Amino acid sequence: MNNKIEVKGLDLFFGDFQALYNINIEFAEREVYAMIGPSGCGKSTFLKTLNRMNDLVVNCKITGEVRLDGRDIFRAIDVNVLRKTVGMVFQKPNPFAMSIYDNIAFGPKTHGVAKRAQLDEIVERSLTAAVLWEEVKDRLKKSALDLSGGQQQRLCVARSLAVNPEVLLMDEPTSALDPLSTLKIEELICNLKANYTIIIVTHNMQQAARISDKTGFFLLGQLIEADSTDKIFSSPKDKRTEDYITGRFG
Amino acid sequence: MNIYKLIHFGVWAAAFLSAAALFIIIFYILINGAPHLTPDLFSWRYTSENVSMTPAIINTAVMTFLTLLVSVPLGLFTAIYLVEYSKQSRFLTFIRLAVQTLAGIPSIVYGLFGLIFFVTFLSWGFSILSGALTLAIMVLPVIIRTGEEALIAVPSSYREGSFALGATRLRTVFRVVIPAAAPGIMAGIILAIGRIVGETAALIYTAGTVAKTLTSLASSGRTLAVHMYVLSSEGFNTDQAAAAAVVLLALVAGMNALSLYIAKKAVSYEQ
Repeated sequence: MNNKIEVKGLDLFFGDFQALYNINIEFAEREVYAMIGPSGCGKSTFLKTLNRMNDLVVNCKITGEVRLDGRDIFRAIDVNVLRKTVGMVFQKPNPFAMSIYDNIAFGPKTHGVAKRAQLDEIVERSLTAAVLWEEVKDRLKKSALDLSGGQQQRLCVARSLAVNPEVLLMDEPTSALDPLSTLKIEELICNLKANYTIIIVTHNMQQAARISDKTGFFLLGQLIEADSTDKIFSSPKDKRTEDYITGRFG
Repeated sequence: MNIYKLIHFGVWAAAFLSAAALFIIIFYILINGAPHLTPDLFSWRYTSENVSMTPAIINTAVMTFLTLLVSVPLGLFTAIYLVEYSKQSRFLTFIRLAVQTLAGIPSIVYGLFGLIFFVTFLSWGFSILSGALTLAIMVLPVIIRTGEEALIAVPSSYREGSFALGATRLRTVFRVVIPAAAPGIMAGIILAIGRIVGETAALIYTAGTVAKTLTSLASSGRTLAVHMYVLSSEGFNTDQAAAAAVVLLALVAGMNALSLYIAKKAVSYEQ
């Protein structure tokens, strides 16, 4: 299987504070990766490095290498192309204050799609892929802010899919949702796996166990261990991973 | 009567007096002005017999439009720079200080500046253009401050969402942030309109007091507020001045109601 993303010797600093230490990991195509670890361990920071959202943070310094399809994301790829290719879904649903239709059409328009028919097609396809089409097809012109939290989050997934990404980053996408909406998002992730590489940060170990193929465990800015989810949860190599998994801390 | 009851009575009385002052003023203006609102006052041309306010109303509309034409883009772009582009720096501190200072200057000082700079130095004379540019500088801080607040109120998650889709900062600001901030920005513009419509001191020495409808931007012309000021200071037509006050009051009240309505629509974007 091809590696979609390769991370080598990644260090990240916020000013004098080092948030990530020498991270090395590969992400294969069309697999679901879960990043677990206690609060403040750097897993979200790591995720935001992969689409360069950390660029927006002042005083953020990054050394080391991240390659997407073998190309250096810091030097060889335009940041806006990178973010189109590596989509992101945030912890809190963040639909724009626009109609449902315009929320989805915003991305494709950004990247030059202008024809109405083509946009209509993308909107329907993206919403269908995010299992939201049936619920909203009759009110596409209504404000996205009137949707429920779970619907908003699926809308955000649809919005990311609308620009044809190859990788989807999800930063605790269900932490603000009720159990039923969480279930829907988890099913959605399992469906999307057929076409996308998915990296999800989660607080919830059961969730990691349910939906991911591989799991990485972060602690204090270090990637302690990364392996198949089965192995991590049944026979972790590192004592600290075992302690965390079995609930001794975190 | 204990101290708490006294304080309770004190705050109630303060609130009552504040509200009462407003109602007394409105009542006074209506009593004195409304009976004198005759059709004559709205004749097309001003003469010293009819003291028509129609030219002044037209001048007010043109003055307002022209002032906004200059101040809104300038103010809004400044606000966008301050909120969306600038990083913490001395230059930023300097701009903020300048805006705050501008906001604190009395309007007569703007009027004298306009007289010296636009009217005399640029030799534009007493004209609608001189007046509008003077007012534009005067309302700039209002537009910048309200614009800044409206932009800051847009959750940063909107910006992140847009960046994460590969949008540039320019597209993010103009397609996501500004539309979301539009109600707040509009409320600020309407507040500025209120200032423009009600201004006299900054206009007397810049736009002058000619009571005719303007024929070009170089014409001198009085706005409704200036019209009122002139009538009452001359002392022959104080009843007509009061009638003009009724129209001005209705205009300003209408503006404020509109501003309030729009601001209500602007309440928190986050659910």
